[in-house]
Amino acid sequence: MKTIYLDNNATTKVAEEVFEEIKPYFCELYGNPSSMHTFGGQIGRKIREAREKVAAILGCDPSEVIFTGCGTESDNTAIKSTLAAYPNKRKVITTRVEHPAVLSICRELDSHGYTVVELAVDRYGRLDIEQLETQLDDDTAIVTIMFANNETGVIFPVEKIAEMVADKGIVFHTDAVQAVGKVPMNLAKSSIDLLSLSGHKLHAPKGIGVLYVRKGTRLAPFMLGGHQEGGRRAGTENVPGIIGLGRACELAAKNFEQENKKVKNLRDKLEKAILEKCPDCMVNGSPENRLPNTTNISFEFIEGEAILLMLDKFGICASSGSACTSGSLEPSHVLRAMGVPFTAAHGSIRFSLSRYNTEEEIDYAIEKIPPIITRLRELSPFVTK
Amino acid sequence: MWEYTDKVRDHFFNPRNVGEIEDADGTGEVGSLACGDALKLTFKLDENGRIKDAMFKTFGCASAIATSSVLTEIIKGMTIEEASKVTNKEIADYLGGLPEQKMHCSVMGREALEAAIENYRTGGRKKHELEGRVVCTCFGVTEKEIERVIRENNLTTVEQVTNYCKAGGGCGGCKGEIEKIIERVQGEKTKEKAMAAPAKGQKLTNIQKIQLIQQTINEQIRPALRADGGDIELIDVDGNRVIVALRGMCAQCALANVTMKDLVEAKLREFVGDTFYVEQAKDSTGE
Repeated sequence: MKTIYLDNNATTKVAEEVFEEIKPYFCELYGNPSSMHTFGGQIGRKIREAREKVAAILGCDPSEVIFTGCGTESDNTAIKSTLAAYPNKRKVITTRVEHPAVLSICRELDSHGYTVVELAVDRYGRLDIEQLETQLDDDTAIVTIMFANNETGVIFPVEKIAEMVADKGIVFHTDAVQAVGKVPMNLAKSSIDLLSLSGHKLHAPKGIGVLYVRKGTRLAPFMLGGHQEGGRRAGTENVPGIIGLGRACELAAKNFEQENKKVKNLRDKLEKAILEKCPDCMVNGSPENRLPNTTNISFEFIEGEAILLMLDKFGICASSGSACTSGSLEPSHVLRAMGVPFTAAHGSIRFSLSRYNTEEEIDYAIEKIPPIITRLRELSPFVTK
Repeated sequence: MWEYTDKVRDHFFNPRNVGEIEDADGTGEVGSLACGDALKLTFKLDENGRIKDAMFKTFGCASAIATSSVLTEIIKGMTIEEASKVTNKEIADYLGGLPEQKMHCSVMGREALEAAIENYRTGGRKKHELEGRVVCTCFGVTEKEIERVIRENNLTTVEQVTNYCKAGGGCGGCKGEIEKIIERVQGEKTKEKAMAAPAKGQKLTNIQKIQLIQQTINEQIRPALRADGGDIELIDVDGNRVIVALRGMCAQCALANVTMKDLVEAKLREFVGDTFYVEQAKDSTGE
């Protein structure tokens, strides 16, 4: 059975070009870039090139790119190392809809005596900027606000926020794991101090991430050992991961606009068809400022996990914000923060596309989804028709 | 991804007896849209008093649908007397088992069946109604219901009780009370399993005592409260009197006192010392 992969906010396929590029670095060019011999030392040049490619897509200087193990490591580090650098400041500002990589750390800090402010969002998932402004004070060490939401695709005006935060001399971090490669960035021109990126969300392998650290940003070293990454993140480089990420960024930068336009058209086609063909469903999140690849749709009166399993039978991969998929009894914290009614949150499905999706795949999904929804509604006691 | 048995998958993808019997002899409803699952069961008897036909309609995940489907098969051919003895465990076993976190689906099946039988016998209420004192207000679970899942499934932890009947899975304010119910039902069994306290029993200096109490609150109590939007703060320690304040959702919770007394005290006694008792700081309600 063919797999129709519409879960690219979870992870993506490694691009063939990336795979080809990194192949030699396992069994042939396996040297350590820190070694004195040519065999190892030559790898250092490849890492430098990769760093330049990452810097190019972010619009920053290569020296501002630190390679990490994953997006979560970047997020954790950005927050913890900033707090370590400002030991007298005890306040952290974030939002209620962050990824757990940020939210869990903030809630953990809360139990260690920090004041943690979680900003609210409206029903379209948009941030209350005024609330942020009133919260910025001398005690605030860091503001961490995601670039784009992983569940709804809603994009926050982080560049505007960063300026506001920078005006007060406070460090600003953004989790841009879902945004890099989908939203154009020019960090040199922005006031963003720290930014997290994850390789496997943009067709690089899993296990590689980046923390962008603007020059002049005070950040305590976070992994001690060797001199790698300027001594800030010690540990032998994940050579294939780094080279793969470099290549993936290069690919994403190439045809950036066409690729994203194509993805957006397919997403819009899918979304429109579902809304037309299935009664009682709605899109979660502001349709205006949204990632081009993501749509989050609530199907009322039915439950997300059941929909996913039916989709799975046809090889269609998606994900859900329902309680049952997570094993908890409460539906997605993002949808709850937006005030999406429980009835709709339990039946929410996220479709997230990539440049590898084709028109045929979307047509296939459009053909299969409405009967699934109808079938499950036949089982539901809340549908009396 | 959940590990579902072939039988669960079969009953989910090919559910038997979907629908509603119009002139049913018994109708039972349980759950709601807000809870995330709901089931309506109807049955009809033959002239010998055996269940001739049973049908269901379910809102919920794959295991909820499979449970409902298999339930209609199980009870067909049974007398009312026999059907009234079906346990949630039997329903789950019939499916070759359910993931632990999904066991509440089998309990929902049994509850709907009971409501339908009750409706047949008395002609009265179709909805599964709460009998006795409500312990978990978020999901409306009574003491009786909690005792029953503990007994029928031999449960020993609060987490298991949450998996089986949802109690404690909302605000978490009733976790302390659930712990007490488990202790009462299971008697000595659970006490033996209590973990050895790290430094408990030793003679502690004041500083050590306060640190140990703070550590216990941080590691053993706060995560449970925090998972549900609440929090706790250590205000003071005076001899064996520990003064704490509840924050967040806990501060507004009607069951806060129970949380205080049972959960916090139980944990402090488990990890710090047997003689501690807990009081709530006076200002802690008006955050």
